[in-house]
Amino acid sequence: MNAPLLEVCQLQTHYVTFGGSRVVKAVEGVSFALREGETLGLVGESGCGKTTTCLSIVGLLPPAARVVGGEIRLNGTNLAQKSRREMRRLRGRAIAMILQDPMASLNPLFSIYTQVAEPAYYHLGMRSRSLRRRVEELLRAVRIPSPAMRMRGYPHQMSGGMRQRIVGAIALAAGPKLIIADEPTTNLDVTIQAQYLDLLMDIQQETGVALIFVTHNLGIVAKMCNRMAVMYAGRIVEMGAVRDLFGDPKHPYTKALLGSMAKLGSKAPLYAIPGQPPDLVRPPPGCAFHLRCAEAMPRCATQDPEDFRCGPGWTARCWLPRLGATGDA
Amino acid sequence: MTAAPLLELNAVRKHFPVGTGGLLQRRTAWVKAVDGISFAIAPAETLGLIGESGCGKTTTARLILLQERPSAGTIRFDGEDVCAISGQALMRYRREVQVVFQDPFGSLSPRMRVGSIIAEPLEIHTDLSRSAIRERVAEVLELVGLGRDIADLFPHEFSGGQRQRIAIARALATDTRLIVLDEPVSALDVSIRAQIITQLEQLQRRLGVSYLFIGHDLATVAYISHRIAVMYLGQIVETADSTKLCASPLHPYTQALLLAALPAHPDDKRERLALSGEVPSALAPPAGCRFHPRCPRAMPRCAEEAPARREVAPGHVVYCHLY
Repeated sequence: MNAPLLEVCQLQTHYVTFGGSRVVKAVEGVSFALREGETLGLVGESGCGKTTTCLSIVGLLPPAARVVGGEIRLNGTNLAQKSRREMRRLRGRAIAMILQDPMASLNPLFSIYTQVAEPAYYHLGMRSRSLRRRVEELLRAVRIPSPAMRMRGYPHQMSGGMRQRIVGAIALAAGPKLIIADEPTTNLDVTIQAQYLDLLMDIQQETGVALIFVTHNLGIVAKMCNRMAVMYAGRIVEMGAVRDLFGDPKHPYTKALLGSMAKLGSKAPLYAIPGQPPDLVRPPPGCAFHLRCAEAMPRCATQDPEDFRCGPGWTARCWLPRLGATGDA
Repeated sequence: MTAAPLLELNAVRKHFPVGTGGLLQRRTAWVKAVDGISFAIAPAETLGLIGESGCGKTTTARLILLQERPSAGTIRFDGEDVCAISGQALMRYRREVQVVFQDPFGSLSPRMRVGSIIAEPLEIHTDLSRSAIRERVAEVLELVGLGRDIADLFPHEFSGGQRQRIAIARALATDTRLIVLDEPVSALDVSIRAQIITQLEQLQRRLGVSYLFIGHDLATVAYISHRIAVMYLGQIVETADSTKLCASPLHPYTQALLLAALPAHPDDKRERLALSGEVPSALAPPAGCRFHPRCPRAMPRCAEEAPARREVAPGHVVYCHLY
């Protein structure tokens, strides 16, 4: 097996506010690895640390946030130690990010051409005619009709689906190895979402780029990803192949998330997870999920479980599978 | 359903004039936001209204809530034409038909306490005493599972899911018979979504209230609704029982929506969506069947003639030349 493209090891990112008196442990020891051409789904409720994990990788954390521990290795080099200048050279070139709201990621004052050309101009040093050809090629790749004309237009002249595709073209412009997509389709209609996801799959097949899909929609994970990591309260509670996790989830939180998802044409009652996600300033003792867990045991309230290996490349941070394993033995 | 419908829309149209500017403000164009839709909701029934943005779902909701007057057609509630009523009868209608919006952060005033938010419709629509209102507020708060002691708190102290419960409590306060739910769970997290949906189901079972559930996520709408109406560019293209609609959709647009829906399991692979392009502008809707420019099964006839209503099975209505 070849070495992973991205390796995140025990990443800790905290938000420090009020002069250090309030520390939100948004990401608390997250580890995962991603190979070339692979698609990882990062799922969880809002506030579980999905977005903070991704912003730590691309080095775009807000000023209050700090990476306080762990390593982020891209092709073997640790990104957590890079200076802002070095990160700027990597961002767009090696890693690109697609954000949720295309209107917020596009500048309304610049033409589509300028915005799509920018990464190729800076990172690949393309100029004049070759740059123009590159932009046309990119717009064609994301299925923008009549690209030569459209690239003279401005974001407000495009529909929501087209804008999101243009953001995709910008992400691809300098040929990155990894694209992080943070809820890229939440604002899109269902048919436009399906078109966009199909397009991303095609692009991945053509270029072999690795994808991290941040989403709370398990349907997207089922459609797009090979592996998934379920996050809760700043930690990955279960990670493995999508098929394994959908077929036989080990962590009660994964089970609950799958149970709360409406399945098309099925009237089987939904499972509603009781309560709210915990406050990350004062996380509960023991397992962070025990207060909402249907299968909590006394030890869950006091002892935080470690990752347990359930199969090849499959871990769950829970006491339950461990009990099952010792019971069998 | 055999029971007399609670709400009945008959060939309702809403056209908005678009000023072309200039000194004379001549109105030359019309946006046909809702163009001749008919449906009925029975007591204790949930009708799902599904469609993409710009298809007229929200305009339909606003028409039912009397925030807009229909350009043509009738809306009947309990057999009475709601556009003709006034005075006491209008007050009763406003009391019995309530709404829950998509964004629970925008729909609750940040300056009012939860108790006053829920009490407001009671103060306007009923002549209950202050203590009776307080009692009713506590009652509906318990009904939605929040507990009576939160009445003195402000909305910012609650999470999205809890706020949506407050909005539901407000909608229930006035002996409501129909609640228009305009994408009530789209802004919420998956786990909270399930909480709100099961809560809505329980409330319907206990109180016999009807819902018009507007959404664009087919799986969620199909789960909660008894029947579903699919809208496209201001018109309903198919109406059917929700299980039947998911199992055997007839209209090519409904089929496309089902294909576009996300899978529930990695192994349930679907064929690729053949639908191309985006929804055309409601300012100049295509002639004939409005779906024909995007329809994978369009025939020459579709461009010329609007399809007529056809009831292929009891309760299963489709507007398409294929049937």
